Amino acid sequence: MTVVFEKPKALTDAVLHYCPGCTHGIVHRLVAEAIDELGIEGRTIGIAPVGCAVMAYDYFACDMIEASHGRAPAVATGVKRSMPENIVFTYQGDGDLASIGLCETVSTAARGENITIIFINNAIYGMTGGQMAPTSLLGQVTQTSPYGRDPKTQGYPINICELLSSLDAPAYLERVTVNSVAHVRQAKKAIKKAFQNQVEGKGFSLVEVLSACPTNWGMTPQKALEWIDEKMIPRYPLGVYRDKED
Amino acid sequence: MQEKVLMKGNEAIAEAAILAGCRHYFGYPITPQTEVAAYMAKRMPKIGGTFLQAESEIAAINMVYGVASTGKRAMTSSSSPGISLKTEGISYLAGADLPALIVNVQRGGPGLGGIQPSQSDYFLATRGPGHGDFHVLVFAPSSVQEMADLTSLAFDLAEKYRMPAMLLADGTMGQMMEPVVLPEPTELTREKPWAVTGTKCAREHNIINSLYLSPQELERLNIERFERYKTIEATETRWESFMMDDAEICIVSCGITARVSRNAIVEARKQGIKVGMIRPITLWPFPEKPLLEAAEKVKAFVCVELNMGQMIQDVELAIKCRKPVSLCSRVGGMIPSPEEVLAAIKQANE
Amino acid sequence: MADFEIVIAGFGGQGLLFTGKVLAYAGLLEGRELSWLPSYGPEMRGGTANCNVILSDTPVGSPIVQHPNVLMVMNAPSLDKYEADVAPGGTIFVDSSLIERKVNRDDVTVYYIPATRMAAEAGLSGLANMILLGAMIRTTGCISEDTLPDALHKVIPERKAHLFDANMKAIEAGRAEVA
Repeated sequence: MTVVFEKPKALTDAVLHYCPGCTHGIVHRLVAEAIDELGIEGRTIGIAPVGCAVMAYDYFACDMIEASHGRAPAVATGVKRSMPENIVFTYQGDGDLASIGLCETVSTAARGENITIIFINNAIYGMTGGQMAPTSLLGQVTQTSPYGRDPKTQGYPINICELLSSLDAPAYLERVTVNSVAHVRQAKKAIKKAFQNQVEGKGFSLVEVLSACPTNWGMTPQKALEWIDEKMIPRYPLGVYRDKED
Repeated sequence: MQEKVLMKGNEAIAEAAILAGCRHYFGYPITPQTEVAAYMAKRMPKIGGTFLQAESEIAAINMVYGVASTGKRAMTSSSSPGISLKTEGISYLAGADLPALIVNVQRGGPGLGGIQPSQSDYFLATRGPGHGDFHVLVFAPSSVQEMADLTSLAFDLAEKYRMPAMLLADGTMGQMMEPVVLPEPTELTREKPWAVTGTKCAREHNIINSLYLSPQELERLNIERFERYKTIEATETRWESFMMDDAEICIVSCGITARVSRNAIVEARKQGIKVGMIRPITLWPFPEKPLLEAAEKVKAFVCVELNMGQMIQDVELAIKCRKPVSLCSRVGGMIPSPEEVLAAIKQANE
Repeated sequence: MADFEIVIAGFGGQGLLFTGKVLAYAGLLEGRELSWLPSYGPEMRGGTANCNVILSDTPVGSPIVQHPNVLMVMNAPSLDKYEADVAPGGTIFVDSSLIERKVNRDDVTVYYIPATRMAAEAGLSGLANMILLGAMIRTTGCISEDTLPDALHKVIPERKAHLFDANMKAIEAGRAEVA
């Protein structure tokens, strides 16, 4: 029997708890593939957020830490300062990274900590059941914006890559998505580069992944993937926002 | 043996931490503890350590959490308002069974309060500084020498019992200079098989975590943690008795107020009043046993503290309300004079 | 030797904490029990500042000086604040170039020394504190004159080491003033 497709070694055998159609699973896989391909599993330390990916510590086979809500970049800073030879990454959602932890996000980026951040932007709070996120789109209906996000009272979405690109220190900022094969391939390239940068000591690298949340968006998985193209990408253009190699 | 040097309390903490093997300090400026950060900023780069001025108290305690996860000694320091911000992180440290040192050089509160000395974070420190059911080891230094010695001890016990420790000082202790003999450097030998250091693909992954969605499991972990606390209460409680042999009045006080009380006791003795003091050195665990024993002999207790009456509750619990306990206190940054303490002793003696 | 409970008070920036540190280091070198406690606050320059120094042969209880037997004051508000606290029989050192009024007590010894003016005239600007210290050491004997230079070396930061001689000169001027 020929094996044609395998689970990456950097993932455990634990069954993922994510909803059908959720793209967390794809991104987990891409992260694990990058770790495998770079041969860094044995020295990688991952930091899980509070949010849907809270139990990522069970899924990645490397050493893992569960951080409090929004503080993963600060925890990562401590780990990296303590173990500079290790590879340190955080995996955070939009509530975690762009709302409650925005101060840690910006400050860690401004210091240019040599870490990797995988940022899942699905424009909603998933784990608590579909509330407005800092990245929710204008007019987007959620549990806490039942009449649609109104900029007069609820402000505008935060574009993290653009925001961080105003800083001097970050080495690499790219926004990708995983709603098509072509996009998944590009996302894989970006995630691997974000780890590779750290291996080479280049500094702070963040990949923002536009992700689907069919459950809380109230859509079929297929429709959710289309919604990324139709609604999210116009607000959050894909592309490289910083690459110090350029 | 180290030579006797003159140091500020805050500096003694910092140097003692370095001697205890701490190479990672994260802090944020706030009066009256900023000397700890300034000292670390000067020293750490020269010994290959990390000094990082964090973006907030919250970030600082989480950086400590990160270093502690890797099994290394880490600390942060602040003063009361900053400690409020750190309580989230302290709770996570406790929940993940991680050792770390948190220094609180207390100032008056609540809110922004003032910058003068206080002991009004007694409840916050001793009841478990953060959400959930837990304790941290709490040490109350009463001299610059103890600022150094207890820093050393706090690191050791925190690691031994895998829990956070808090050095609960006050502004006076932090700012004053006294001669001090620094502790000998600690050799770090404890194995930490639980630490996240990279699996080297040679073992199962370690997970540092405080999330347990199964109530059965979370209950079990809480019970186990409190079993550990019982051992600590039985073996790690520390206090100092002063002139208690024939005492009829017992003062209970720690930190700067214990120093003021000493003056009052000496004066009261001159006037023929038999008074002594039990000075708690650990506030959690609290020295209940010597207090209960004292309750058999003395006729009254006087609690001298810089708050509206916090430690006094632990004294009353410890002695099971068998003898009257009165409070002598000043707040807001005020410190009672030896005369005020003497007056309280005399009233208790009537 | 008797216990000395010393309060040094004036404006921030006059070198009051420094003066106290010289006393504290001398105490350390002499193997005595001691404490040094500064006032601390947001005003770095120009506000009021003071420090308490206790030198003793027995362990120091409270580091807070309630009734100083030595008071050194370098501004009028400090004299107003601490005059009444001085223990009977104590000694007060007044910078009379900055404080116009006289001390109102007859149970203490007072030295009026125009230290700030003397310092300016001798090209020792900023060292009025050391002039007063010289007078204090000479008259009270709170620390030994022998340990003073070593103590001073300990307190002067490296980058200001060249100021040692000027400091000693100011101390000498203070000694001479009360000789």
